[in-house]
Amino acid sequence: MKHAHAQSRDSVKMAAGQQWVLVEMVQAFYEAPAYHLILEGILILWIIRLLFSKTYKLQERSDLTEKEKEELIEEWQPEPLVPPVSKDHPSLNYDVVTGPPSHKIIVNGKECINFASFNFLGLLDSERVKLKALLSLKKYGVGTCGPRGFYGTFDVHLELEERLAKFMRTEEAIIYSYGFATIASAIPAYSKRGDIIFVDEAACFSIQKGLQASRSFVKHFKHNDMEDLERLLKEQEIEDQKNPRKARVIRRFIVVEGLYINTADICPLPDLVKLKYKYKVRIFLEESMSFGVLGEHGRGVTEHFGVNIDDIDLISANMENALASIGGFCCGRSFVIDHQRLSGQGYCFSASLPPMLASAAIEALNIMEEDPGIFRVLQDKCKHVHKALQGTPGLKVVGEPLAPALHLQLENSTGSRTNDLKLLRAIVDYSMDRQIALTLARYLEKEERFLPPPSIRVVVTVEQTQEEIERAAQCIREAAVKILK
Amino acid sequence: RNMSLIIFTSYSSFPPQSHHASCTSLYKKPFVESFEETPLLVAVLTYMGYGILTIFGYLRDFLRDWKFEKCHLAREREEQKDFVPLYQDFENFYTRNLYMRIRDNWNRPICSVPGAKMDLLERVTPDYNWTFEHTGNVLKDVINMGSYNYLGFAENTGTCADAASECTVKYGVGVSSTRQEIGNLDKHEELEILVARFLGVESSMAFGMGFATNSMNIPALTGKGCLILSDELNHASLVLGARLSGSTIRVFKHNNMQSLEKLLRDAIVHGQPRTHRPWKKILILVEGIYSMEGSIVRLPEVIALKKKYKAYLYLDEAHSIGALGPRGRGVVDYFGLDPSDVDIMMGTFTKSFGAAGGYIGGKKELIDYLRLHSHSTVYATSMSPPIIQQIITSMKCIMGEDGSTLGQERLCQLSENTTYFRRRLHEMGFIIYGNNDSPVVPLMLYMPAKIGAFGREMLKRNIGTVVVGFPATPIIESRARFCVSAAHTREMLDKALNAISEVGDLLQLKYSRKNRHGNEGSDSFSFLESHQD
Repeated sequence: MKHAHAQSRDSVKMAAGQQWVLVEMVQAFYEAPAYHLILEGILILWIIRLLFSKTYKLQERSDLTEKEKEELIEEWQPEPLVPPVSKDHPSLNYDVVTGPPSHKIIVNGKECINFASFNFLGLLDSERVKLKALLSLKKYGVGTCGPRGFYGTFDVHLELEERLAKFMRTEEAIIYSYGFATIASAIPAYSKRGDIIFVDEAACFSIQKGLQASRSFVKHFKHNDMEDLERLLKEQEIEDQKNPRKARVIRRFIVVEGLYINTADICPLPDLVKLKYKYKVRIFLEESMSFGVLGEHGRGVTEHFGVNIDDIDLISANMENALASIGGFCCGRSFVIDHQRLSGQGYCFSASLPPMLASAAIEALNIMEEDPGIFRVLQDKCKHVHKALQGTPGLKVVGEPLAPALHLQLENSTGSRTNDLKLLRAIVDYSMDRQIALTLARYLEKEERFLPPPSIRVVVTVEQTQEEIERAAQCIREAAVKILK
Repeated sequence: RNMSLIIFTSYSSFPPQSHHASCTSLYKKPFVESFEETPLLVAVLTYMGYGILTIFGYLRDFLRDWKFEKCHLAREREEQKDFVPLYQDFENFYTRNLYMRIRDNWNRPICSVPGAKMDLLERVTPDYNWTFEHTGNVLKDVINMGSYNYLGFAENTGTCADAASECTVKYGVGVSSTRQEIGNLDKHEELEILVARFLGVESSMAFGMGFATNSMNIPALTGKGCLILSDELNHASLVLGARLSGSTIRVFKHNNMQSLEKLLRDAIVHGQPRTHRPWKKILILVEGIYSMEGSIVRLPEVIALKKKYKAYLYLDEAHSIGALGPRGRGVVDYFGLDPSDVDIMMGTFTKSFGAAGGYIGGKKELIDYLRLHSHSTVYATSMSPPIIQQIITSMKCIMGEDGSTLGQERLCQLSENTTYFRRRLHEMGFIIYGNNDSPVVPLMLYMPAKIGAFGREMLKRNIGTVVVGFPATPIIESRARFCVSAAHTREMLDKALNAISEVGDLLQLKYSRKNRHGNEGSDSFSFLESHQD
């Protein structure tokens, strides 16, 4: 009651004059209840203590003396920089090719028919391409001495980009100087931390590196299994409904290959496009193996299925297979592609493609445009090789009839990958002795997410004749019978 | 007057960058680097400049959104309008409003050899840099101060070009296979033996792209449980390689040996964070010449630290190979050190050899391991034969093995050109960063408007320069970067220097407060006065 009385008196006095405020405060202090004063006193003492005590370090404090630290530094032994490699490791010594890697290739001193280089359209030994490259060399020299932003943009680069965009019937194209870096730089340019990418299990290594560099959430769906993909998309939809605000800013992508290099089959593109519009995800298509192979004019898997190319947000391919040059490109609408000119790491921070290689690619494009019959020939040859290799005892053919690069896997594995590889290598050596050049498909065993089984790669090119194909199939059959019995 | 004196002394030059007295014996010749501090007035004006640009940026975005102004940006498809937007508006704010205004200084197309003189395609823009049109005219004989052509091997005549032509005719252009499959040509083996001999290491390996050499091989060398100590200003490829490896990354201050030593000690003493297990290995990533700063790594001290703490050293000599050292063997040669002290020597062929690609050199065990486990040998196409031939010919020329003294002449010419160019710029009163011996010369511009103005004014005087701003450099430290080449003659350099001086006076770029030859204090006063007008 006394407290209330003091308060009413205070308010009256406040109105009366400011000079009485100090006196009133002291009086209120005397008249406040004891518990109030004690509480305030304790709080003030606590504040003083906090002000003068040492700051609390959240990281570990080092209680070690200097001498102990020196001892630790003395004792520490690092691992060797690289683990030792045994001299008889099978992949240590590469097969050496003497001379150009053309249709008749000289491997380890033996002249063979080339069933191993990705020279689908036979343009590696084209005289026209070599001539154009020579002319370019005489005009520009060899290297570009700079990235695209700093006087590394040549008129041939601009021409190649225009021609590629026109060929693929998209708005714009961008070229990279290294095939591996193309999709590995494109994915992180659009997809950042927090975005979601749905990718096929059989995606190639450069896609995997792009995914890793992007730091996004990656969800794998079973190879070419649209139901599994739809299941993942539905799950994501349910997640979105729980948190619609977040869902509005998370970007979603599906990354697939047109023709998979690891399994040699084609992705079901029309189904993917349907899923795209149903669940609002963007599609990135990697067409290294299908560019210049599938479709009536060689435009890839979109032409093969008759899908509108604008439905695919980004198409990436390397120019090292059908175009027989070096480098890679991405094409699509300007809205999408232009972004990479400032944020594609492999584009901005790396020297541009040497002009002679760009000229070679332009000439290869010219050849492709002048003679669209070549794709029909290649597709027929692929079917022929696929049929010829069927029925090889102990080996099964993995891949579609239209695929230009097939895999031959062991029907019954020995149980250990090393032994499988030894057997397959023996078959390859046997074939090379009989003048058929084959190669084992190579993988980084510890780094691949879904390691494909060991296999022999058989590549079809337009330069192979009927007779050569028959001979190769015969040779492989003999090798399989002899080595795998 | 007293106030001005105080300001002058506080911003006056400091003696050549000193290092610990105990380490003086490691350096055989004086190591002179300077990074003059930004004058305070300039810093304030730069921030103001960016502030004004940002305000205008918001204004223009507002006008574009409300359709008062025509929008030149490409738009999303109608059918995909309800998809999650591909770009967030804010991400591209800088691109739309600042970069677009001065975009004509970059991506200038050229149509000749990128040698000491080049021909540029003329471009005009009818709508303030949103689109460009080629008029068809060619600006001939523009002096090239931007291409990385340190030894002048970017040429289309001469032994290199002839050898590359022969190789094209014999081998063709493409390879279409990886090194481990059937893409390993005899030319690759020849190149690798030559590179190992050039560097003075046991063995080496070559790759098709310099950027990819870093991003594919660092993950093969380190992994989880390893520590990477990387310099503040390392190139994007080193940063990407370190990230992809999955190791813990710690950054030390640029070229600062005390910072590096502290990190090393802390790392070994405390071990991995939280578990305190010892680190499996420690890798130090440094570059030979840092291309944005022009500084040279303090290699003797880094090697001393590396030996003391048993760490491994990865040296990226992208810019320094061929450009430094009496025999052109890079920064190891420049300091007179033993190449076997550097565990992993990496470099590129793009700059001094006029080709493309990268290499890694080191002990035989290292290279054997990389032959099996590098991402590039398993999944990436091998190098193109004419490129290899260019590297072989130019490397033999530098080593003097082609029978002529051309290589040695070019090395001397580059060194002379560098010293002359830097000295003249310093005398004129510009702020130049970097080491006195580095052929990369950054000239500070600071203010955003001067970036565009410098590039355009130099082009009007027929000199092609490179200007760099954010995000490649810190936001207030934008600069123009000159690359001196052995192909530049004294006349070309003089012409360039006169033009730079003219533009420098026009744009008031001569910020330096250091004592210049002759003019003791008057220049600093005149600078202050001119800004008070």
